[in-house]
Amino acid sequence: MLLIRCPYCEMERPELEFRYGGEAHVARPLDPMATSDDEWADYLYFRSNPRGLHAERWRHINGCGRFFNAIRDTVSDKIVVTYKAGEARPATTGEIA
Amino acid sequence: MSESFRIADTKDSRVSGRPLRFVFDGIAYQGREGDTLASALLANGVHLMGRSYKYHRPRGVLSAGAEEPNALVAVTRGPGRMTPNLRATQVELFDGLTASSQNNWPSLAFDAGAINDLAGKFFSAGFYYKTFMGPKVAGNWLWTKVFEPIVRQAAGLGARTTEPDPDRYAQFYTHCDVLICGGGAAGIAAALAAGKSGKDVIFCDEQAEFGGSLLHEGTASIDGKPARDWLADALAELRTFSNVRLMPRTQAFGYYAQNFVALSERVADHLAEAPNGARERLWQVRAKEVVIATGAIERPLVFPGNDRPGVMLAEAARIYLNRYGVKVGSRVVIVTAHDSAYRVALDLAAAGVVVAAIADTRANPPVARLIEAKAAGLRVIPSATVTDTKGRLRVSGIGIAAVSGVVVDAPEWVACDAVLMSGGWTPSVHLYSQSRGKVVWHEDRQMFLPGASVQAERSAGACKGSFALVDILIEGYRAGEEASGASGLRAFAVSGDAGIEGGTMGRLPLLPGSKGKAFVDFQNDVKADDIELAVQEGMRSIEHVKRYTTTGMATDQGKTSNLNALAIAAGKLGKSIPQVGLTTFRQPYTPVTFGAFAGANRGDLFDPVRQTPIHSWAEENGAAFEDVGIWKRAWYFPRQGEDMHAAVKRECQQARASAGIFDASTLGKIEVVGPDAAAFMEKLYTNPWAKLEPGRCRYGLMLNEAGFVIDDGVIARMGDDRFHVTTTTGGAPRVLHHMEDYLQTEFPDLKVWLTSTTEQWAVIAVQGPKARDIIAPLVTGIDLSKDAMPHMSIREGKVCGVPARVMRVSFTGELGYEINVPADYGRSVWEAVWAEGRKYNAVAYGTEAMHVMRAEKGYIIVGQETDGTVTPDDLGLNWAVGKAKKDFVGKRSLIRPDMVVEGRKQLVGLLTDNPATVLEEGAQITAASAAPTRTSALGHVTSSYESPALGRSIALALVADGRKRMGETLYVPMPGGAIAVKVVGPVFVDPKGDRVNE
Ligand SMILES: [Zn+2]
Repeated sequence: MLLIRCPYCEMERPELEFRYGGEAHVARPLDPMATSDDEWADYLYFRSNPRGLHAERWRHINGCGRFFNAIRDTVSDKIVVTYKAGEARPATTGEIA
Repeated sequence: MSESFRIADTKDSRVSGRPLRFVFDGIAYQGREGDTLASALLANGVHLMGRSYKYHRPRGVLSAGAEEPNALVAVTRGPGRMTPNLRATQVELFDGLTASSQNNWPSLAFDAGAINDLAGKFFSAGFYYKTFMGPKVAGNWLWTKVFEPIVRQAAGLGARTTEPDPDRYAQFYTHCDVLICGGGAAGIAAALAAGKSGKDVIFCDEQAEFGGSLLHEGTASIDGKPARDWLADALAELRTFSNVRLMPRTQAFGYYAQNFVALSERVADHLAEAPNGARERLWQVRAKEVVIATGAIERPLVFPGNDRPGVMLAEAARIYLNRYGVKVGSRVVIVTAHDSAYRVALDLAAAGVVVAAIADTRANPPVARLIEAKAAGLRVIPSATVTDTKGRLRVSGIGIAAVSGVVVDAPEWVACDAVLMSGGWTPSVHLYSQSRGKVVWHEDRQMFLPGASVQAERSAGACKGSFALVDILIEGYRAGEEASGASGLRAFAVSGDAGIEGGTMGRLPLLPGSKGKAFVDFQNDVKADDIELAVQEGMRSIEHVKRYTTTGMATDQGKTSNLNALAIAAGKLGKSIPQVGLTTFRQPYTPVTFGAFAGANRGDLFDPVRQTPIHSWAEENGAAFEDVGIWKRAWYFPRQGEDMHAAVKRECQQARASAGIFDASTLGKIEVVGPDAAAFMEKLYTNPWAKLEPGRCRYGLMLNEAGFVIDDGVIARMGDDRFHVTTTTGGAPRVLHHMEDYLQTEFPDLKVWLTSTTEQWAVIAVQGPKARDIIAPLVTGIDLSKDAMPHMSIREGKVCGVPARVMRVSFTGELGYEINVPADYGRSVWEAVWAEGRKYNAVAYGTEAMHVMRAEKGYIIVGQETDGTVTPDDLGLNWAVGKAKKDFVGKRSLIRPDMVVEGRKQLVGLLTDNPATVLEEGAQITAASAAPTRTSALGHVTSSYESPALGRSIALALVADGRKRMGETLYVPMPGGAIAVKVVGPVFVDPKGDRVNE
């Protein structure tokens, strides 16, 4: 079981308190109706699925309830850093374990 | 023949003089306090402890520890207390122990299944794939009808009890600074160092006693004391440390992320009496630092007949002798590739066992070993191999031959009743590997050893490839200091340690044309030939060889076999060992009971149960309940003699004729509050909300971003800044999560607060023409008249003097109200409503009648009429979509090409030609009465009931282009023939909808 640091609670808490929320920084278009079919399909369905560092959303659902972002290495399953929703993706030196 | 193999003087051993009675396979024996089942059986001269998995070959105990592949037994401790697949080497003896062997019928000595041994050619590599999966091979009836069932029945491990387990299992979470896994010399040294540091230490070992190999070390001395005395002093010192938790009988079986280590503690299996407390404890430990001191496992040698009872690992014989005071035989032959077996020979000879020969596979055994052997008068045969063994239920002789170059000479047959083999030692890197560390192959030492640490752990001792006792102690101590942040190295003086050189892998040289079976994986009955055959048939990676032959896949996970299998595969492939690869080590290290994992989560505690405030009334009034998620809902209220069908029919008819009262408390409820509440609702639901007046309700439809319906419910506007949102039963957490997601991450500027109120409100639905008359006497502060409070409105007032939100809504198509009162008043208000209702012959109805009545009106249930691919238009709910709205979640997706294409499945009603036929929900629908195979279905039945209002069956369905098919006849193919149905509109009762406005 992972320990995940909630950037709002400023505490490491067990994985059971959290819920995964898919890839982060996939912004909803401000005017969806102005997007083309391809652009909209891209927003809906296409994700980067990297081998290595992955920015993803988590929610401290059984804690403070807040959504936040984490950089996780998809190879080692290590969470490198967590940060608040709305903050820019922090610079990470991407080493694949 | 009582304990005839027990040595006379057991004062240096760990068994006491106290005799214990036990029964194995129905025969009574005597053992001693301190014995394991294996040592007690060996003391009585019993080696035969099981039958092998596939060939049902007789098998004796191979080892003295957790790695045991052969001696698997079932221990019975009374009804429901039968545990199969226990290793006899780990089962602690207690007075009255009852155990039995496995995989044998009718008896261990005469096993009918051993016919499999003769049919051995059927069981070669890939047997499982070739016979169970390949129809061409398995196609003939003789095999599928006769042999396969026999094989399936015969090939299996143990049997389980079908009675409930009466024992309790506890689960704990705990934390520590330092966790030390393994209580041998390295672990003890580590614990001494960590203990002194004052840090919080957990020190666990799988055995009843700490000490590991020191428990049977009779020769070496540490710091001037015999090893066993040093051990006693060290343990006494550890017990003085209040910061060290000593956990015997505790297996560290799994190493997970972030130093999360799982331990299983056997609390009571060694006790004669059933425990008052827990039988086992599952510990989930989060350790700041971990010391892995898990030792090494001796490797068997691979030669023909190496599985005869009496053939065992060399060091095991020394353990049985020195620790349990048991001789494994009277006349033994040692076959070894490693120095350590010489110490075994010397100890046995000193105890009066005839050591007929030491066959050393090495051409030049170290001189020191030869001198030791000569001094004891023991014969050493160098450059030796084993051609075969003989004996039926016990080894009686061994063929030893000299190897010159690649030529194997004619064997010399040596009589013996035990063969003690050593292929050297395999470091136990399991926990290190589970921690995601990568093991590294050391070509010079022919070992996989831990590489760099990925987590906060370090290995020490034999599991790290250190075999000299002095190195093990120093390394262990250093690891303990490192883990606890202490420094100040300690020196250890060791004398009399055994030799540590040697080792081999793979099979020993064979006589030309040798036919004997040389086993690699004893538990899964995999032979050296099978592995070579797998390579010959194209397997290249050890992962493929493993799956094809099943080597290493038994409950012992190949603890004694993996490296031999790897070496044989590598040899056949002509590749190096790391090129062929090592299989992954997986948790658990040894099997863990289901009870330990289940803990208290069984029976009533298996899953939480949600009950409404009105549940007790329903129970008292004879309701049958159904599970909806984890809710218990009243399903129907049968009267005397009524079946479900009759009860539901009565409930529906009475509700439509007068009124029905229904507990709707399980509806999900969310309070949406804030200055931007309406703007938020505009985004989250398809409908327009901005202009909805306070006091009015609207049916809300929620989509996901892909445009598919995910929830629905009636939503009331309480004020400019407040909505009372209802969701599907069980849907509230999902809806709230969805709302929070958008509020927090996409629309964070909106000032809105979301609160789950599902459990705060009890909801009493009163539906039917008499609904108003029934509730009127109870309501104060609300004008219930038709004009003052029209359909789809909400009012706040009091019901029975309790603050209430009364909604005028309908899920039956009749005049209806839903009374929301604080949950604590739910039952008393319900009873008041019920008392009024009885004056009008109203009925209490359950979820089944609710479903029937809503289907009669064509109202959908999300999750029944929808499956995550259904749009509002598919459901005919376009009227609920705000066309003028610029944006809402899912809007853009509704105009994607696939969402507007012809041929989408649309909600329709179906009427069977025969009104008595009730369709199966989920049944497929076709255009032709006898549709050819591979025809795509046009759709499926989503809801189907017998309708009391219509006096016939009705159904809802999703059908391709359904709305264009009105009046068409389609077919529902069923095993008894296709059922003809007519496509109709989905609203069967009061299509104009007048009644709700009464
Ligand atoms: Zn939090």
